[in-house]
Amino acid sequence: MITTEQRAEFRKRFRYNVNQRLITDKIVKIIVFACVIVAIIPLGSILFEVFKNGSAALSIEFLTQIPGAIGTGEGGIGPAIQGTLLIIGMSSLIGVPIGVLSGIFLSEFGDNRFGKTIRFFNDVMAEFPSIVIGIFAFLLIVLVLGNFSIWAGTFALSIIMLPIIARTTEESLKLVPITYREAGFALGIKRWAVITRIIISSAKSGMITGIMLAVARIGGETAPLIMTILGSSQFFAGFNGPMDALPLRIWRLSLLPYESAQAQGWGAALVLILIVLSINVGVRFLFLRNRGKASFWHPRREQKWQR
Amino acid sequence: MKVITLKKGPVDTDKIFKVITLLAATYVLVIIALIVFELVSGSFPVWEEEGLSFLTGSDWNAVEGRESFGALPYIFGTLVTSGLAMVIGVPISIGIAMFLSEIAPKFIRTPLSFVIELLAAVPSVIYGLWGLFVFRVYFKDWIEAPLYNMFGDSIWFFSGTPFGLDIFTASVILAIMIIPTISSISREIMLAVPNSQREAAYMLGATKWEVFKMAVIPYSKSGLIGASILGLGRAVGETMAVTMLIGNATGPAAFPQSLFKAGQTMSSIIANEFNEASPAGLHIHALIGIGLVLFITAIGINIIAHLLVARVLKAHEGAVQA
Repeated sequence: MITTEQRAEFRKRFRYNVNQRLITDKIVKIIVFACVIVAIIPLGSILFEVFKNGSAALSIEFLTQIPGAIGTGEGGIGPAIQGTLLIIGMSSLIGVPIGVLSGIFLSEFGDNRFGKTIRFFNDVMAEFPSIVIGIFAFLLIVLVLGNFSIWAGTFALSIIMLPIIARTTEESLKLVPITYREAGFALGIKRWAVITRIIISSAKSGMITGIMLAVARIGGETAPLIMTILGSSQFFAGFNGPMDALPLRIWRLSLLPYESAQAQGWGAALVLILIVLSINVGVRFLFLRNRGKASFWHPRREQKWQR
Repeated sequence: MKVITLKKGPVDTDKIFKVITLLAATYVLVIIALIVFELVSGSFPVWEEEGLSFLTGSDWNAVEGRESFGALPYIFGTLVTSGLAMVIGVPISIGIAMFLSEIAPKFIRTPLSFVIELLAAVPSVIYGLWGLFVFRVYFKDWIEAPLYNMFGDSIWFFSGTPFGLDIFTASVILAIMIIPTISSISREIMLAVPNSQREAAYMLGATKWEVFKMAVIPYSKSGLIGASILGLGRAVGETMAVTMLIGNATGPAAFPQSLFKAGQTMSSIIANEFNEASPAGLHIHALIGIGLVLFITAIGINIIAHLLVARVLKAHEGAVQA
């Protein structure tokens, strides 16, 4: 028989045990919340500093002029802005069609071993060190053509954006209901026409999201540009010559020991971050708005690991 | 009544379309094969000259006539910085993933994961700029200097001068940069854990932390490891922020001896010296050789990570279908 004293003892132990576990639970929750804060502080600080220091440097002249003599703090980042826009546009001209087509292949014809291989290598390429791709473009194009050129930079960046576009295209095509295809086939439409006319037009917003995210990603790439377009302080003078780009300009300015150069660096960083973040936030807002409130925050990347 | 006959065209348009998409899809394989070929052939002279001592040596001399190249300090530099970044970044990322998938109230989960993912959208060079002019100053005064004052004499890896341009700062910035990668994948993996697992633990009277420990972690362990390894892949290949913060030592001095000393990683030495190297000499071949080592490291890490992550999510899909 259990005596009253024993029962009281058990009750005490039980209460002690529960209290201990609840305290541990509380502590863990606090630690985990602190983790989130630790991650948000750098983001807040980066945005705050870039806007604070960058807005001081901004002016019409800063945005349109060529860089002045080193250390004077005169001139601007006109060629860098031009170069970034130019190189983003040209890489998209190569990267988007190939990426979209291989995405179509993966979703429509890729349900076999070969498709799996391609999918796997696209995933591997998407997380690849971009500087290695820069070396590759240097060896394949700069050395062969004999000079640093926009072509080489374009080639390197198009390789970087390719796997991102291919995978997001594949995922958005796979989300199109099978009934759409069946309806097309029932009308006797050829497969390629079903894909290009029906499926792509209903998967458009997902595909555009993927493309824009890839554009935002290459807009901030620096490492592969070092050995391909090199950097210059002049406006565009032909595809065969070196060119400037915003990330490159920021890097070069940050290495200079002058206050004025640092101020210009912050200004260039503000322009770059505005381009990249407005693409990122804007695309989620514009193209995912129609899919219910929750999906506004969810880019297509969410599905990346689920197939 | 008119009979409609389907006329077969001279060419099968479906076939052509398939071939075009097939060619586009094969492009990525061609590129990878070409990268391997170019890197191997481009670095061939340095392997010929140095042999295996390219991997084990630590001299780095680009002066003509006395050229000598060893990549060991930079390989170590990469391993140490990304290892440290993992030590700092992985617990924080898993904590964030746990908060986002288990603890946070429903209405802040999606906005918060969006904010964390914005960290991944910030270009690397801006991390470098921020690290160089903002983060370094605070980090030096509030963390490095106290650590140095306390342990500088007694523990070897806290020796040196806390200046801010060193292995420690670079690793912490790397840790910040890999947090969004690891936490967003970890979160998806935790969400893939079937609710029946959690319910079983709750039924036994477990607290949230115990549910996490007993039900979520065992189920998603290999996926979490895979997510961390993907973060490692990103840390290994990361260039600009590290180049701007690590202090850029070369030669034997670049060996990571202390947290508070300047170092060098594989990617940062390529970024720093590639434009100075003349294509005629051995220097550029040595840098391409380092690129090859970096390529092999990164691709190995990525392949392992993808296999691990895919296995967990596939098991989950199977469970749902069954």
